[in-house]
Amino acid sequence: MTETLTLSNPRAFRPATTEPVLVKWTLITLVLAILAVLLFAPLIAVFEEALRRGWAFAIASLSERDAQSAIRLTLLVAAITVPLNAVFGIAAAWAVTKFDWRGKAWVITLIDLPFSISPVVAGLLFVLMFGSNSALGVWLVANGYPIVFAVPGIVLATLFITFPFVARELIPVMLEQGRAEEEAALTLGASGWRVFFTVTLPNIRWALLYGVLLCNARAMGEFGAVAVVSGKIRGQTTTMPLMIEMFYNEYLSVAAFTMAAVLALLAFVTLALKSALEWRYADQLAATHRH
Amino acid sequence: MTARSFSLKSPTPMPGWGLSFGIMLTMLSVVVLIPMAVLLWRGFVGFGPTGMWEVVNRPRVWNALELSFRAAFVASLFNLVFGVLLAWVLVRYRFPGKRLIDAAVDLPFALPTAVAGIALTAIYAPNGVLGSVILETFGARVAYTELGIWIALIFVGLPFVVRTVQPVIEEIDRETEEASATLGATRLRTLTHVVLPMLTPAALTGFALALARSVGEYGSVIFIAGNLPNVTEIAPLLIVIRLEEFDYNGAVAIAIAMLAISFTLLLAINLIQIWSRRRMGAV
Repeated sequence: MTETLTLSNPRAFRPATTEPVLVKWTLITLVLAILAVLLFAPLIAVFEEALRRGWAFAIASLSERDAQSAIRLTLLVAAITVPLNAVFGIAAAWAVTKFDWRGKAWVITLIDLPFSISPVVAGLLFVLMFGSNSALGVWLVANGYPIVFAVPGIVLATLFITFPFVARELIPVMLEQGRAEEEAALTLGASGWRVFFTVTLPNIRWALLYGVLLCNARAMGEFGAVAVVSGKIRGQTTTMPLMIEMFYNEYLSVAAFTMAAVLALLAFVTLALKSALEWRYADQLAATHRH
Repeated sequence: MTARSFSLKSPTPMPGWGLSFGIMLTMLSVVVLIPMAVLLWRGFVGFGPTGMWEVVNRPRVWNALELSFRAAFVASLFNLVFGVLLAWVLVRYRFPGKRLIDAAVDLPFALPTAVAGIALTAIYAPNGVLGSVILETFGARVAYTELGIWIALIFVGLPFVVRTVQPVIEEIDRETEEASATLGATRLRTLTHVVLPMLTPAALTGFALALARSVGEYGSVIFIAGNLPNVTEIAPLLIVIRLEEFDYNGAVAIAIAMLAISFTLLLAINLIQIWSRRRMGAV
C-alpha cells in the first residue's frame, strides 16, 4: 500500500494489525443495525404495547387477582428452586474440585445434560413420573400429594431446567483456586465447616452470586417445561410466563405486555448486576475467562 | 474415616466427601437421572422400538422434526457468522456505547422466552413495525411463517457464539498477526488464514450450544410460528399436543427421536471440533 508510506500525513498510517477505517465502521454499523432489529426493537415493543392505553390501565391489569397470584407463584417457585440449586452447585463443585475420583468427567457431563434437552421434554419427564398414567402418580394423588398440575411439579421442572447454572459457574473457579488454602486451614486445626465458611466461601462468593443470578432469571422466566407440568389452572398453577400466554391468547394485549414488561425489568436488573460483577470481580468469575 | 475396600476416590484429608458427594448424587438422581431413565424405559421397554417408529414415521411428525432441526441449523449458522463478527467488533474496535452493547448481548439469556416470543411477534407481524416494512418492500411475511421461527431462534441463540469466541480473541497475540503482515499477507488474508483458524474450535463450541438450545426451544417460537401442522409446527409443540390428547406414548416417541437426533448432531460437532483442534496443533 503506497499511500501508507507518505508519512507527511500521519493519520493515513494504519498499523498492520487493524482493518481500514472504512471497513471498521461498516462492520460496526452492520452489527449495530442487526442488534437493533433483533434485540432492541422487541424490547421497545414490550414497553410500548404495555403502555398503549396508559400507565393506569397497565398497572390496573397487574393488580387483577389472577395476575397477583401468578406473581406470587413465580416468586415462590424461585424462592424454592434457587436455594436448592445453590446447595447442589456448592456440593457438586466441592465434590468435583476437592477430591479425585473415578467417573468425574461423566458426572460433569450429566450435570450439563439439562442444557441440551428441550424444556418441553423436561416437563414431559415429570409428567411421565408423576402423572395420572403412572402408578406412582395415581398413588400420590390418592394420598393427597399431587405433583403434576400442582406446585411441586412446577418446582421439579424448574429445578431440572436450571440445574447446571450454579455448578457450572463454581466448578471452573474452584478448580483454578486449587486446594492449598483449604489444606493450610486444615493443618492449622480448622474444622471442615470452618474451612468452608472462612476460606472457601469468601473465595467463591462472587461466582456463587453470578450463578444464582442467572439461575434466578431462568427460574422466573421458564416457560416450556412449566407449561407442560402446570396444567395452567388460573390462580393456582399459573406462573408469570404462563399468565402472559393466557392473556395473549385471550387478546388481553395490554395485560400480556404489562406482565412481560415486569419480567423484562427483571431481566434488566439481572443484566445490570451481572455486568457489574463482571466489571468489578472479573478475576473471581469463570465467565470472563471461559473457553 | 473408615478404610474403604472399594476406593472410588484417592485418599485425602479434605473433609466433606460424604456430604458433598451425597447431596450431589441424590439431587442429580432425583432431578435428572431417574426422570431420564423413566423416559427411556417408557419408550424402549413400555412402548417398544417398533411402536415408537410407527409414531415417528408419519408425515406430520417427520415434518415437525425436520422443521425443528432445519430452523435451528439455519439460525445457529447465522449466529455462528454474526457471533464471530460481533465478538470481533466488541473486542477490537472502540465506539460509543460499546459496554452497553456488550452487556445487551446477554439479553436473550436473561429475558424469558415468552416475553421474547410475544415481543418478536408484535414487531414482525404483518401489521407490526418491521413486519409491515418487510411485507411492503420484499413481499415476504415474517411472523406465522418459517422465517418467523428463524428470527425467534436467532434471538434465542445469539449470545452463545459471541461468549465463547470473545475470550479467545482477547487472548490472541498481536505478534502473530504482525508476523503474517510482515511476510506480505494482506489484512484479509491474515484474518482468513491466521485469525479465523484460531477461533474455529471456540466458534464451533458456541455453534453446538446454540444448536442444542434452539432445537428444543418452545416459548419464543410458538407465538411467532403460527403453528400450522406440517408447515410451521415444531417438534416440541407436537409433544405438547400429544400430551394434551393424553397420548403419552406418542409424546415419548417424539421426545426420544428428538434426543437421538440432537445427541448425534452434538457428537458430530464434537468430532469436528477435535479434528480442528488437532489441525491447529493445540490441545
